[in-house]
Amino acid sequence: MEWDWEFVREIMPTLLDGLRITLLATLLGSILAAAAGLGFALLRRSKSRPVARTTGVVVEFIRGTPLLVQLYFLFYVLPELGLLLSPLTAGVVGLGLHYATYTSEVFRAGIDNTPRGQWEAAKACNLTPYQTWRHVILPQAIPPMIPALANYFVAMFKETPLLSAITVIELMSEARSVANSNYRYLEPMTLVGVLFLCISLIAVPALHMLERRFRPTR
Amino acid sequence: MQGKTGVTDTIIDIDCVTKRYGSHTVLKDLCFSVRPGEKLALIGPSGSGKTTILRTLMTLETIESGTIRIDGEHLFQMERNGRLVPADEAHLHRMRTKIGMVFQLFNLFPHKCVLENVTLAPMLTKGVKKADAERRAMELLDLVGLADKARAMPVQLSGGQKQRVAIARALALQPKIMLFDEVTSALDPELVEEVLNVMRMLGSTTDMTMLLVTHEMSFAHDFADRVLFFDRGRIVEEGPPDVLFTNPSHERTQAFLKKIIAAGQRI
Repeated sequence: MEWDWEFVREIMPTLLDGLRITLLATLLGSILAAAAGLGFALLRRSKSRPVARTTGVVVEFIRGTPLLVQLYFLFYVLPELGLLLSPLTAGVVGLGLHYATYTSEVFRAGIDNTPRGQWEAAKACNLTPYQTWRHVILPQAIPPMIPALANYFVAMFKETPLLSAITVIELMSEARSVANSNYRYLEPMTLVGVLFLCISLIAVPALHMLERRFRPTR
Repeated sequence: MQGKTGVTDTIIDIDCVTKRYGSHTVLKDLCFSVRPGEKLALIGPSGSGKTTILRTLMTLETIESGTIRIDGEHLFQMERNGRLVPADEAHLHRMRTKIGMVFQLFNLFPHKCVLENVTLAPMLTKGVKKADAERRAMELLDLVGLADKARAMPVQLSGGQKQRVAIARALALQPKIMLFDEVTSALDPELVEEVLNVMRMLGSTTDMTMLLVTHEMSFAHDFADRVLFFDRGRIVEEGPPDVLFTNPSHERTQAFLKKIIAAGQRI
């Protein structure tokens, strides 16, 4: 088996199209994971026991089941219940909710790390609970969490090939389809690996920069 | 004195208040009143409940029984259809506008600069416009001698400076009652005086009611109109500082003051 540069040149545009979808799914998935993770963390702290308990059960359930199964459920089972999602939507929702269960732990730890005195000072300043979260707690709690959150986003990026199982035409499924139609796997699969590696290699120094930028000062 | 008749000459009425943490009783049937403008020092061994009473007035703690009235109004209860019911958040919010608190560990907002620490609450809770809030904040920072630090972050300040900012932050809401909870206990000795000076100035230039929990006996002596000596959740003895410090009648007060003097403090 010989490396064929001509073939590489031929399939590269298709693979880059796939990469674009991969990056889009990662970006949207990350936004959802951050937002839903914060939501889960706040609901788990709710004063209402049933709300906190239910959220806890949901979070444990999502975290305790495989992402691939969840993706199949979202894409193939929900339509039977009347909810039809496009492949990319189902993929983003799956990735986002799955990783939200991890990011919610990051948010929980960050919020718990905020000193009790800050809550008390906010109360002494007569801020409402919403104002306390918005202006006192979250602005302090979130910056130290950014490196940990970014780690999960990189992990999510590397799991996007799972989306090919629900017909999202991302990098992996583009590669598989060109490989299948040409009966050549060496170049497509190598290039998939290299493209993932390139993005990850860019992400690692970016992560370190974030870590330096948001190193706790207290 | 207990203000049970309704119209009173008191601003704080604490009546038979009991507070427990689990099986430990922190405040036992506590009763005392404070007149408007009075400067009251709460002293006593640690764990005697004096800080708890300040925290309770700030609604950071709840109580098991008894009543607290601020300005004639119940703190933890409100009237609805002629009956007293537990206070809701709106009632507590309104009651808190009467009270400001300064903490032992400053509790400045570390992500906000000095000026923003002082302007945040007036802007959010009273809807004061930014320019007005900043003008007022600069006056207050000038008052505590920190106008030149307005743009500094809390982490860049000394402990004494942080505490003076915290005082300005509490003053910005114009409370009738200020609570000072061991505000110099966490400071290096050479920084204590700058904070006490600010409090002296407030005491002599305003008619705010001030309650302070302190271990600075000579300051309490000079500053307070009245001193309460706490032990094990009760007031053991109270009186004007000249009497309580120089001629205490209760043996527990005597023992406590003796220990303080033995530790090298001037009274």
